[in-house]
Amino acid sequence: MKTNVNEAIAFSEKRHLAVPEEILLSVEKPARYIGNEVNAALKDVNSVDVLFCMCFPDVYEIGMSHLGIQILYDMFNRREDVYCDRVYSPWPDMDRVMREHHIPLFGVESQLPIKKFDFLGITLQYEMCYTNVLQILDLSGIPIYAKDRTEEDPIVVGGGPCSYNPEPLAPFFDFFYMGEGETRYYEIMDLYKEMRAAKKSREEILHAIAKVPGMYVPAFYEVEYYDEEHPAPDPLLDNTIRSFKPIYDDIPKKIRKEIVKDMSDTYYPNHPIVPYIKATQDKVTLEIQRGCIRGCRFCQAGMIYRPVRERSLKFLKENALELLTSTGHEEITLSSLSSSDYSHLEELVNYLIDTYKDQGVNISLPSLRIDAFSLDVMSKVQDIRKSSVTFAPEAGTQRLRNVINKGLTEEDIINGSGQAFDAGWTRVKLYFMLGLPTETVDDMEGIPILCNKIAARYYEIPKEKRNGRVQIVASSSFFVPKPFTPFQWVPMCTKEEFLDRARIVRHKFGEMLNSKSMKYNWHEADLTVLEGVLARGDRRVADVIVKAYEKGCIFDAWSEYYKNEVWMEAFDKCGVSIDFYNTRERSTDELLPWDFIDTGVSKRFLIREWEKAQRAEVTFNCRKQCSGCGVGSFEGGICVERKN
Amino acid sequence: MNVRIKFAKYGSLVYIGHLDVMRFFQKAMRRAGIPISYTGGYSPHQIMSFAQPLGLGMSSEGEYVDIQVYDTFSTEESVRRLNEVMTDGMRVLDYRELPEKAKGGMSVIAAADYMLWIDGREKFSAQAKQLWEDFLNKPEILATKESKKGETTLDIKPHILESQMEEDRLYLRVSTGSAINIKPDLVFRTFCEAYPDQLEYPGNKLRIHRIDLYADDENGGFISLNDMGTVVLEGGRS
Ligand code: SF4
Repeated sequence: MKTNVNEAIAFSEKRHLAVPEEILLSVEKPARYIGNEVNAALKDVNSVDVLFCMCFPDVYEIGMSHLGIQILYDMFNRREDVYCDRVYSPWPDMDRVMREHHIPLFGVESQLPIKKFDFLGITLQYEMCYTNVLQILDLSGIPIYAKDRTEEDPIVVGGGPCSYNPEPLAPFFDFFYMGEGETRYYEIMDLYKEMRAAKKSREEILHAIAKVPGMYVPAFYEVEYYDEEHPAPDPLLDNTIRSFKPIYDDIPKKIRKEIVKDMSDTYYPNHPIVPYIKATQDKVTLEIQRGCIRGCRFCQAGMIYRPVRERSLKFLKENALELLTSTGHEEITLSSLSSSDYSHLEELVNYLIDTYKDQGVNISLPSLRIDAFSLDVMSKVQDIRKSSVTFAPEAGTQRLRNVINKGLTEEDIINGSGQAFDAGWTRVKLYFMLGLPTETVDDMEGIPILCNKIAARYYEIPKEKRNGRVQIVASSSFFVPKPFTPFQWVPMCTKEEFLDRARIVRHKFGEMLNSKSMKYNWHEADLTVLEGVLARGDRRVADVIVKAYEKGCIFDAWSEYYKNEVWMEAFDKCGVSIDFYNTRERSTDELLPWDFIDTGVSKRFLIREWEKAQRAEVTFNCRKQCSGCGVGSFEGGICVERKN
Repeated sequence: MNVRIKFAKYGSLVYIGHLDVMRFFQKAMRRAGIPISYTGGYSPHQIMSFAQPLGLGMSSEGEYVDIQVYDTFSTEESVRRLNEVMTDGMRVLDYRELPEKAKGGMSVIAAADYMLWIDGREKFSAQAKQLWEDFLNKPEILATKESKKGETTLDIKPHILESQMEEDRLYLRVSTGSAINIKPDLVFRTFCEAYPDQLEYPGNKLRIHRIDLYADDENGGFISLNDMGTVVLEGGRS
C-alpha cells in the first residue's frame, strides 16, 4: 500500500469557488458553475479597469454553444484593461439552493459576485428567456428595474436579435446595443473608463453612451399612448403608441443598428472555450457569412442581419485550422442562415473534407439545399442509412410559399428527395409553419399531400432496389409574426385556431395513401401565444413578465418548466390583453413599438413586401436582383458587390 | 503500439464526471498532437480506454487511460505536450509503452489505494485507531450497498486488503475492478456505523483521494498499473 501521497495534489488548495463543496456535489452537473475550462481567460481582477460579465440567460450547455458570446468574450479579453467573465442561468436545482443559502450569482471564471462587475451584458436570443433575465438580475442582487439601480450596481446592457424589439424588457435594461457587437464596445469601454476615473455618475455615463451610434438607453425615451384623454384619430389605433420621443435633444431620435462591414477583417475567437461537460454544440463553429440573400417574409433574421456579408475562403481556412488545433474538437460545423448561398461553399467543403477527414474530424453541414452537390458531400461525411435529408418548405402549397417568398418549389423537393432515395437515403424530414397569413384549408392539406408525393416518389424505385420502407417526418411550428418583417402587421392565430389547423393537417395525413410511411408532429401552442406577445409587445408588457417571474416562472423555453396558467394569471392581474398584441390587425399607419430602430430596411420596403405577399408575388433574392430594401445605405456586403 | 498514460485529477476538476473526463482527454489528445489511432467508419473514434471511474468529488493521483498510437514521442515529450494543454486540476504524470502481449487493458485492475480524511484535516477521535483495529478483527464486516436493484449486503472484510490509520487520515487498499468493486466511502461508512456511540459518519465532509490502481502480479501480489509499462526514451516522432 502506498502512503507516500503527493500532498500538493491531494490537499491542493481548490480554486476559490463561490458555492461550497457540499452544495456543488448536491446539484446536477456542478461543472456548470466552476469555469476554468480550456481556453478560458484567467486574469487578475485587480489588474484591470473594467469588469464585464457576459450572460446567456439559459442553461450553461446552451449558453456555451453560442458563437456570439465567444466572439465578444474573446474580443473583450484581448484588451489588457478589461476582464470579461461569463454567467449562465443557474438550473432550477441550483437556483433553489442559492436562494436558500443566500449565495449571490457569480461569474464562473472569477467566481466574483455579478454585483461587483461594471457591466452585465445579456444576450437575448429568444423571447422565452425573458423571465431568466429577471432571475439573473434577482440572484445577482441587482434591482430588476433599471430606475432602482445605484452607483453600486453594474450597468446592464442587452443585445442579440430580441433587442430589435427591446420594449417589453425596456424597464430592466440600462441600455441596449443595437446590432453587431464587434463595432462599438471598445469605444464604450474607453468612454466608461475615462468617465469613471473622472468620478462621473451612472446617469452621466448612460447619457454619454446614448450618444454612441447604435446605443439605446430606454430611460431617455418617453412613450405616450392613445387613451381616453388622447383619443386615436382612427379606432384601429386605439391604445397604440401616440408618440415616442427622446427626453434630451442631444441623443438620436432613431437608433441605427451597427454592422461589421468587412467580415474577413474582424475578430474571430479562434481559441474558443471548450466546456468540460457536453455543450449542445460540442464542436467548432465556423461562421461563413452573416445575413441572408433570400428575403423570406416570415424570417426576422433574414431582415435584421442584412446585408449578406461573406467571409473570405482564406479567412475561413486559416481559422478552421486554428480552431481545431486550439480546441481539439472532433467536429466542425459551418454556420450561417443559408449555407448553400455561400459563394465558395464547394471549395470550402471539399477543402475541409480533404484536409481533416483523415484526422478523424467530422464535418457537419446544417441548412444545405438538397441537390447533387450537397448529397455528394453528405454521402462522404455521414452514414446514409442513419441520416436523413431535410427540407424546410414552410408551407404546403406553391401559392402560400409564394406568399412567404420561400423560393423552394415542389419540383425541387420531389427531385431532391428522388436523388436522395436513389443514393440510398430512406428518411426525409420536413419543416412547416401553420398559421401563416392568407393560409387556407388547401394550404394546410397541402402539407400531407406534398409528403405523400415524396413517399410516392420513393415507391417508384423498383422493390428490389429499395432499402425497406421510407420514413417521412413532417413537423410544424406555429407562425409568430416578428418585428421588422413584412408580416409585422398581421394578426396571429389564437391557440384554438392553431390547434384546429394542426388537427386538419393530422386528419389529412390519415387519408393519404402512404400514411403508414409518414409521421406528423406539431409544436405546443401555449408557448407560441406567449412568444407572440413578447415579440410584438411594448413597455406595458414588462409588468406581466415581472409578475410571472415573481410567481415562479423561469426556464419558460423548457416545456417541463413552462407554467401557462401562471402566465395567463399574470396577464389578467396586470390587465394586459393578449389579443391586443397577437390577434389585432395593425394598420401600416401605426407607430410600432420598435419603429425607433433603424435596421436599414425601410418601412416602405416592408409595406411593399406585405402587399406583394397578399398578391402571392415573389421577390428576387439579393444576388439575382436588388429589390432596394434600403440596407444599401450601409455600403457593405452584397449591396456593394452588386455594384462592382 | 499501446500506451498507458497516468494522470492526476484534483482541485475543482473533482466536479467533472467520468464521461466528461473521457471527452476531455479525447480533445486533449488532439490539442497535444499525440499520434493516436482511430477506428474506421463514418464517425471514427480514438482507440482509448479508461480505468475504473472515480466518484464525483474525489481527487486522484492514480488515474489511467490506455491509448493506441501509430507513432510516439518520448515519454518526456509526450508528458510535456499533454500538460501544455491541460487545465488547472488535471495533470499528466507519466506516459509509458505497454508490452505487446499485455492482456486485457483495464480489465486487469484488482485493487486501489486511497487516502481518506475529514475536510480541514481534522483529527480523528482519540479512540478511532483502536476502534479501527477492533473493526478489522471482526469475523465478518457486513456492508449494505445500495444499487438500482435495491440493497445488497456483502462481507467486505476480505476486500479490505491493507490499511493504516493515522491521526488525521486513513490509508486503505481495497479490492477494485469490474468483478468486485469496494468503494472507500462504503468502508468508512460501515466503520462509523459499527460504533454509533463513538463515531459519526462525516457525510460530505469526508474527503477521498485515490493514490494508485493495481493489477495482480505473477507472484500473487499487486503491481501498479504504471509499472506495467516502460518509459519511451526516444520516440519516433521526437
Ligand atoms: S439593398 Fe438590395 S442587395 Fe442590399 S440587402 Fe437590400 S435588397 Fe439586398
